[in-house]
Amino acid sequence: MSEIQSAAATVDNKRLAVASQWQLVWWAFKRHQLAMIGLVIVVVFYVIAAVPGFFAVNDPAMQNARAAYHPPQALHFVETDADGSWRIKPYIHPYQLRRDPQTLAAVYVEDPNRKVYVSLFGRGYKYSVLGLFETDIHMFASGEARQPLFLLGADRLGRCVYSRIMQGAQISLSVGLVGVFLSLTIGVVLGGISGYYGGKSDFVIQRAIEFILSLPTIPIWLALAAALPQDWPATTQYFMITLILSLTGWAQLARVVRGRFLSLRTEEFVVAARLDGASEGRIIFRHMLPSFMSHIIASITLAIPAMILAETSLSFLGLGLQPPTISWGVLLREAQNIRSIATAPWLFAPGAAVVIAVMALNFLGDGMRDAADPYNK
Amino acid sequence: MLRFIVLRLIWMVPSLVAVSFLAFVLIQLPPGDYVTTYIATLAASNEVVDQNTAADLRARFGLDQPMAVQYFKWITGILLEGNFGLSFEWQQPVSELIWERMALTLVLTVSTLIVTWGIAMPIGVFSAVKKYSFGDYVATFFSFLGLAIPSFLLALVLMYIAAVQLGQEVGGLFSERFVNAPWSFAKVVDLIAHLWVPVIILAVSGTASLIRVMRANMLDELNKPYVTTARAKGLSEFALLVKYPLRVALNPFISTIAWLLPNLVSGSIIVAIVLSLPTAGPMLLQSLMSQDMYLAGAFVLLICALTLIGSLVSDILLALVDPRIRLE
Repeated sequence: MSEIQSAAATVDNKRLAVASQWQLVWWAFKRHQLAMIGLVIVVVFYVIAAVPGFFAVNDPAMQNARAAYHPPQALHFVETDADGSWRIKPYIHPYQLRRDPQTLAAVYVEDPNRKVYVSLFGRGYKYSVLGLFETDIHMFASGEARQPLFLLGADRLGRCVYSRIMQGAQISLSVGLVGVFLSLTIGVVLGGISGYYGGKSDFVIQRAIEFILSLPTIPIWLALAAALPQDWPATTQYFMITLILSLTGWAQLARVVRGRFLSLRTEEFVVAARLDGASEGRIIFRHMLPSFMSHIIASITLAIPAMILAETSLSFLGLGLQPPTISWGVLLREAQNIRSIATAPWLFAPGAAVVIAVMALNFLGDGMRDAADPYNK
Repeated sequence: MLRFIVLRLIWMVPSLVAVSFLAFVLIQLPPGDYVTTYIATLAASNEVVDQNTAADLRARFGLDQPMAVQYFKWITGILLEGNFGLSFEWQQPVSELIWERMALTLVLTVSTLIVTWGIAMPIGVFSAVKKYSFGDYVATFFSFLGLAIPSFLLALVLMYIAAVQLGQEVGGLFSERFVNAPWSFAKVVDLIAHLWVPVIILAVSGTASLIRVMRANMLDELNKPYVTTARAKGLSEFALLVKYPLRVALNPFISTIAWLLPNLVSGSIIVAIVLSLPTAGPMLLQSLMSQDMYLAGAFVLLICALTLIGSLVSDILLALVDPRIRLE
């Protein structure tokens, strides 16, 4: 028994000995279960963000006066017949709009006798895939064109909340990526200078980082965002918002990069490379960067959720992205007053999307941080 | 020690200057100025303002001068006379509008800080002592959840639950009869009765990260030989924890003010807007929307200065508690 075990250990050691750093990181990462779950969710979310049209059911911009505050419809997967036989065939019961005779308020009544079948990979509205080509195939589509499908209900203007969440994923999740990319660029340059050269520039950059980190971000973001003209085109606005978010976001990343540079600067292999006469660029990019790449990726992953939350908050307050642009923050503006959330609690659904995405990214980043240094332990 | 404090105080000066400049630049950024907005509002009600009146207005508010001059006038007014300028929208001196709101913001922030510590410390210690237990996992899960929920969403959900399930209004910091009443003991009691809702909402996100910090600090200390020694001497587990590792682990806790405070202040602004609290948040947003620049500037300046002072206090406290820092 012990022989087998030790044999297995030798094999394992051999594998360990020849494994590349990235393989070691991956093995360490796989042990972290929550992080693996986080990874799966994050991948799913970003796939949705890439082709939101495929996952949406109704055109997210389409208004429907006859479906204002339409409640969510339950999706039934299994159809049973009177004789007890069953098959998997998803359907919904359509709702009918009635008026309360006294208050004239709209009331939706489920009609249990009628069924609208839901087709997988059916045809719906036309959308474009990454701007490359157009198609009208959706994951779910209503079998009857006249009966829209409201999986998560509809908002004030009868727009499908579910489809809007799918569409909003594109902006909300990419704000995180673009914003972090911008902060990373600033952070790596300044943190690199600070950590690699040290001295006066280090002192100045350090003070700047401390200063930025000690400021409350929201009032500054608000003031900056209020300065943006409201009538700018959506894409310009989008880039300005991400730029604003990264203006304060870079400090944290610069700090990480600086710390790594400082600790690596005196490592033997870096000194050896320097004595060998390697150019500065080569030392930084060939010798130092690969050894802290994994740390940087982990810090990036932890910075993305902060960006997503920031965009959501700004848009929620009405100073971020403006409708008709769809982001989760813009969607949550619908839930701003107590009257509308009391009639339509499903307007909170975009909030759930935010929480799930941020949590998954946090778990993922946490696992990556632990795995980033495979030689640790 | 004195040297440390003096040095730290001297460092405050450039930071405060930078903050004041930042605040001024921020409020100068929007295209157009208050007069443009004012004319637009008048035009909406079919009143025509000719060029001369506009120029007169600009001259009266000093908007026609170069930015550096405006900044200099603004900052000397604040420093020498406590004069923050005139709120265009309210037609009142800014200083009359902001102080009560800033004071309430301070009350809200400080009470949140205390509550955050009060919740995070015991849970963090528990998490560390009972590492990998069921309770630890629950605490970890909730701290991640707390990190992921934006505070305004929590405020909205609470408002929904209170309104729909309990039939109560949460919002504001005072009951109706106290809103405009002068300060009295009864009003303070009323404030405390209302304060806990936003405090809890704000504390949730801060608690989450603090639990992680506390847990990590305690875990570092728990394996040290002095703990084993104390245990070998027969000290009860509770007395042991409170007397030794907790005290060491508390040091980084004090330094959390420096990064907790900016987050708290940011969060409190959004939550205040959602719950319409009479603090700085809603008025700041409103003034930014209407480009009421002196009012917005005063808020941005004071909020940032307050945060800087907070981190100053935490640094000094830390130096008092931890000799390693002041001797560095």
